[in-house]
Amino acid sequence: MKRLTTLLSALVGMMSTNVFAEYGLNMTEGVTSISHDIYDLHMMIFWICVAIAVVVFGAMIYSLYAHRQSKGAVAAQFHESTKAELVWTIVPIIILVLMAIPATKVLIDLEDTSKAEMTVKITGHQWKWQYDYPEEGISFISNLAQSHKDVVEGSDADREAVGNYLLEVDKHLVLPVDTSVRFLITSNDVIHNWWVPEFGVKQDANPGFINDAWAQIDEIGTYRGQCAELCGKDHGFMPIVVDVVSKADYAKWVSEQQAVAKAAADSANKTWSKAELMTQGESVYNTNCAGCHKKDGSGMPPIFPAMTGSPIANGAAADHIGIVLHGKGGMPTFKMLGDADLAAVITYERNAFGNTGSVVQPSDVTSAR
Amino acid sequence: MTTATASHDDHHHGPEKGLMRWVKTTNHKDIGSLYMWFAFTMLLVGGAFAMGIRAELLAPGMQLMDPHFFNQLTTMHGLIMVFGAIMPAFVGLGNWLIPMMVGAPDMALPRMNNWSFWILPFAGGILLSTFFMEGGAPAFGWTFYAPLSTTFAPDSTDFFIFGVHLLGFSSIMGAINIIATVLNMRAPEMKLMDMPLFVWTWLITSFLLIGAMPVLAGAVTMMLTDRNFGTAFFDATGGGDPVMFQHIFWFFGHPEVYIMILPAFGVVSHIIPTFARKPLFGYSSMVYATASIAFLSYIVWAHHMFLTGMPVAGELYFMYATMLIAVPTGVKVFNWISTMWRGSMTFETPMLWAISFVFLFTIGGFSGLMLGIAPADIQYHDTYFVVAHFHYVLVTGALWSIIAATFYWLPKWTGKMYNEGLAKVHFWWAVISVNVLFFPQHFLGLAGMPRRIPDYSLQFADFNFISSIGGFAFGASFILLTYIVIDCVRNGKPATARPWEGAKGLEWTLEPKAQYHSFNTPPSRKLIEQESQNS
Repeated sequence: MKRLTTLLSALVGMMSTNVFAEYGLNMTEGVTSISHDIYDLHMMIFWICVAIAVVVFGAMIYSLYAHRQSKGAVAAQFHESTKAELVWTIVPIIILVLMAIPATKVLIDLEDTSKAEMTVKITGHQWKWQYDYPEEGISFISNLAQSHKDVVEGSDADREAVGNYLLEVDKHLVLPVDTSVRFLITSNDVIHNWWVPEFGVKQDANPGFINDAWAQIDEIGTYRGQCAELCGKDHGFMPIVVDVVSKADYAKWVSEQQAVAKAAADSANKTWSKAELMTQGESVYNTNCAGCHKKDGSGMPPIFPAMTGSPIANGAAADHIGIVLHGKGGMPTFKMLGDADLAAVITYERNAFGNTGSVVQPSDVTSAR
Repeated sequence: MTTATASHDDHHHGPEKGLMRWVKTTNHKDIGSLYMWFAFTMLLVGGAFAMGIRAELLAPGMQLMDPHFFNQLTTMHGLIMVFGAIMPAFVGLGNWLIPMMVGAPDMALPRMNNWSFWILPFAGGILLSTFFMEGGAPAFGWTFYAPLSTTFAPDSTDFFIFGVHLLGFSSIMGAINIIATVLNMRAPEMKLMDMPLFVWTWLITSFLLIGAMPVLAGAVTMMLTDRNFGTAFFDATGGGDPVMFQHIFWFFGHPEVYIMILPAFGVVSHIIPTFARKPLFGYSSMVYATASIAFLSYIVWAHHMFLTGMPVAGELYFMYATMLIAVPTGVKVFNWISTMWRGSMTFETPMLWAISFVFLFTIGGFSGLMLGIAPADIQYHDTYFVVAHFHYVLVTGALWSIIAATFYWLPKWTGKMYNEGLAKVHFWWAVISVNVLFFPQHFLGLAGMPRRIPDYSLQFADFNFISSIGGFAFGASFILLTYIVIDCVRNGKPATARPWEGAKGLEWTLEPKAQYHSFNTPPSRKLIEQESQNS
């Protein structure tokens, strides 16, 4: 009921543009030259359609009003006019050509990625995004934030409390402002689509092929998007969050991330204790595996098998490592995770949920790759 | 059947008694009724799935189902509505009406006609049975893009493939039958340009079916071998290409959407002149426009794929070709309005549906034009804007025309009149609720809500709430529709042979309830000219 009243007041107040913005009635203008161009194009076509609608529907409504039997209208018998047919064939063609010219210009511009100053590679996975900065040597995975996963089946108040419900991730993509960025987009399993409305960037991520797109973002801020191609069960739960920061902040972030990457590489070379592996493994499991196999390891049989009592988790470690690295059927590959994380999560799966498997060290994963 | 001989065998006078009448029938009217009832049943099943979808989307959060089941519902809703409801309904209308409209005693291939219907319940049954299989029903959307539908799909996908093959057989046989009937069984005195527009649109649609359905069969066969026999048509690791699947699918899929709308154009071109009491404006341009749309439908498929990474030249070509479709479609709308112009209109139920068709289909046409602009499609693609667009053309387009046709020809099918007052109540109920259901989805899409998601961010909550309320009201309207039709069949007042004052067409020269065997002798030239839309 509360929703209904807010809504009614919104509809009443629709004359003011503020309300338009608040309730998201129209496409975003965005923060890149492409998104501005697309917005302008969209509004131009929209108003042309409105103009045509006024003429066409106007004629129809007038006719419905004036040419009715109850008003004593007598039917005329005309039923052909080559002149009229020519007019309403040629006039629309002219309108269409006028629409096609700006559309062509925008299209050619947005497909030209040659002016890029830096590159980010984006890989879609069921159901998370991987971001690689090939020149900077940074690579990480971005998942829907745990706090949001927890309230999917919670109360309305919980969902309001987390803020940006379903549009928050554990690790944001970070980009510098005023820099032309080229995105290389691909997928590791099924087709995904990387979409940030405010950038005007939406591009399919096809497994085995690389697509590209570009954006130069004019404003510092946080921008959110979602996967836009049905990619399986959790298609609705793989958002995108991009922090656009000043160039100085970006440089700082890059050096931090490079340090993190180095630490991760080092940790893969040491031998971990079982307790360390289990702690780390639980967090990796909850982020990557719990979506299908569930937090308590019960799974969703028969599609997603249970961890508890699983013949793989209780069997030979080599088979277990193999299936996590390479996937099987509906199970995607997880080879994009680091060796330490993989060793931890495999150890966790083999020893949590009442399982009695062996401990797996990062070096086991390294040699199995 | 030996209908040509004048032997007085009782068997040839009327239908057989009991259930076997419907199993064994080769009569176009019986088969038409079977198609219509099957389509209506599937409409209710597909509608029930839609109610499930809208109930889950009523509010943010997952309340009723898990995301995997939600995907099964969206997939089966689309498949059942397209292949189970809309297409069979049009084939049913074609079966009932085409022989009567061209002055033929029956369809050209009556036994194949029986077969092409009776495949359908089995195909539909196979599709629906996947819900009860291990791993659930197909959950990859009605467009079943590979590799989600191959490597990553549940085992039930093989049943889905078999179901689609069967549906394809049925459609191709239906199309062959209509082509053979129109070209060979037409009254000898009837020229092609004497044919009513419903016959014209169905003739053209049949050629689309024959061209497009084998392509669909090819696509699902490649899926089958990819899934089971180690081929890699759509798998890059074996040298294949997942985007090729989309090319093949949409090479079928785009003609398919015109398969679902061209007969609708035909229906509306009958109803508007009748209730405007004025001949159809621009008969021949209507025929040419239909043919142009059909031709263009084969060369625009990749406008569904602007984001797959196509080269710029490809995108430009598909954008220009797509925009061109607006021209013949516009011609049709202008012709309908010119038909109304200076007519003497009354607003019986079929006319209300036809007029709202013109309004709402045109709105769907506008959003279609917007979607065709490749750069703008970047922001529209795979959002609720697309959902709104294709529901405006398929629900308030195709389905609207089927309902209009049902009310328009129901007197001829049953010999009885439906309850006009109740039918008008139903119309206003449906037309208001359908707009409450689908219009807000334009806003949702523009604001950035992707389609096929089971849960959404809070800024989308209000319009989803409105849309769901509209959806429930629209769904409920079909209960009233069912009552009106059954009430007409059982208790309707007797109809006259020509219940609509301005109606033209050979079917209206038959008895009030069209006799079981009609036009055993072909109509005369004089009668054909009198009843022609091309006057």
